[in-house]
Amino acid sequence: MNDSVSNVDNAVTVRNVNKTYGDVEALRDMSLDFPRGQLTSLLGPSGCGKTTLLKIIAGLLPATSGEVSVNDKPVTGPGPDRAFVFQDFALLPWANVLRNVAFGLELRGVDKSEREAIAETYIGNVGLSGFEKSYPHELSGGMRQRVGLARALSVDAEVLLMDEPFSAVDEQTRRKFQEDLLNLVKNENKTFIFVTHSIEEAVYVSDQVALLLARPSRVSEVIRPEGFRHKDVNSIRRDSEYLDIVDRIWASLRTYVE
Amino acid sequence: MRYRPLLLKFLSAFLVFGAWEIAGRIPVSFAFPTFIESMAAFWTLLVNGTMFVAYAETLKPLIIGVLISAFLGIGIGLGIGLSRKFDWLVSPIFIVMQTAPLAALIPLLVMVYGIGLTSKVFVVCIMAMPVIVLNTSGAVRNTPESIIEMGRAFLGTKLEIILKIILPAASPIIFAGLRLGVSAGFIGAILAELKITPTGVGDIITYSRSIADYPSMYAAIMSIILLAVIFLDVLERLENYLFKGSQQGYVTE
Repeated sequence: MNDSVSNVDNAVTVRNVNKTYGDVEALRDMSLDFPRGQLTSLLGPSGCGKTTLLKIIAGLLPATSGEVSVNDKPVTGPGPDRAFVFQDFALLPWANVLRNVAFGLELRGVDKSEREAIAETYIGNVGLSGFEKSYPHELSGGMRQRVGLARALSVDAEVLLMDEPFSAVDEQTRRKFQEDLLNLVKNENKTFIFVTHSIEEAVYVSDQVALLLARPSRVSEVIRPEGFRHKDVNSIRRDSEYLDIVDRIWASLRTYVE
Repeated sequence: MRYRPLLLKFLSAFLVFGAWEIAGRIPVSFAFPTFIESMAAFWTLLVNGTMFVAYAETLKPLIIGVLISAFLGIGIGLGIGLSRKFDWLVSPIFIVMQTAPLAALIPLLVMVYGIGLTSKVFVVCIMAMPVIVLNTSGAVRNTPESIIEMGRAFLGTKLEIILKIILPAASPIIFAGLRLGVSAGFIGAILAELKITPTGVGDIITYSRSIADYPSMYAAIMSIILLAVIFLDVLERLENYLFKGSQQGYVTE
């Protein structure tokens, strides 16, 4: 059931959103709240519309009907309050890391010296110091995604939208990223909306997991993992509540793949 | 070896000229001079100033035509790539320009524009523009969707997306089109001089042929090839300068 508690401050609200592409109904009557300062995952099988919903929130796609609000203001297009991390990194191949990370600021008209200084800070934060002058084709997949993340962080938007950001990297890097993401959520005062199709990943990183059904997509359940959020990053995967929730979710989703 | 590309170029030139020399000595035909004879004629033309006077003439339609073709061609190609209506309206012109035989179009041109500089510039443009336009439009249409979306997500205006994302993404293919187009433009400049009125280098070719001075004829042809090669090299350096660091090198390296 959708848990809209009235005393929780929601950075993003989605109400009765429908999205149709010609004959195909991608989203039907989708309603969901995204609490401020927390990480909400959109979890569901492939093709269930989670990326569509994310892009509607980002303002990259228009909803066919319904309302999406960020900070109580309706979404009409992309805005400075939201930043996007792409699944395939979407880096400019002809620009070096510094320019790529500073690109969001460049499009906002920030001065060169200022934006390069900001970019250098975030490049350090994601662990890519020393690679400012490298080009994307010289970097590994994991490094490229860190560039994408640094770019999204450097525009200092309140809402960070992440579209399966870790699916294009190897398993070890992915696990490291998941740990880093937990620290990021703790340290940054932002609202994160995270699309994934990995159950373990969703339960590991999220404050709130929204289970989306297959097309036409609605929210079937919202799960709030409580007990292990404060635990050390290494102990979470063995926590019994974590394992229970993962099994529970798989039991729900299983019916859609069988 | 650091100088391997240069060495390979010299080797390749040496092979071609060597073959030419041998062919000239056999001889393949009485009208086919040896490489050395042609180089001697080249030197003579250079020293007595004929070459320079000729190029002063030929370079006019060549440079004007190439500049117009490059800038206008990229601009129109951009428009075609971005707008379906513009594509529908304008593409056919260039497809016709590409495929119609020049020999058929030239009399038409001469009728309308006479036998002066204008017609020759037109011939250069007809030869050079289509491939530049069609390459540019194809590259623009094939810009990866995700970086355009990224530009929109980070609040880029339409103009910024075109200038900072679409054009740089399309550059490798645009430059390839420029190389092909500019080479064709050079051919066009000579063709114009051969078919409309003999001036400049085209005149050297026609005149030498008419007095059976084949070494001079081939010398003139060589000179235009040399100029084209130099120009293409400059173009390549320009591309490397603009996109240094992001060139990925060869697949086999």
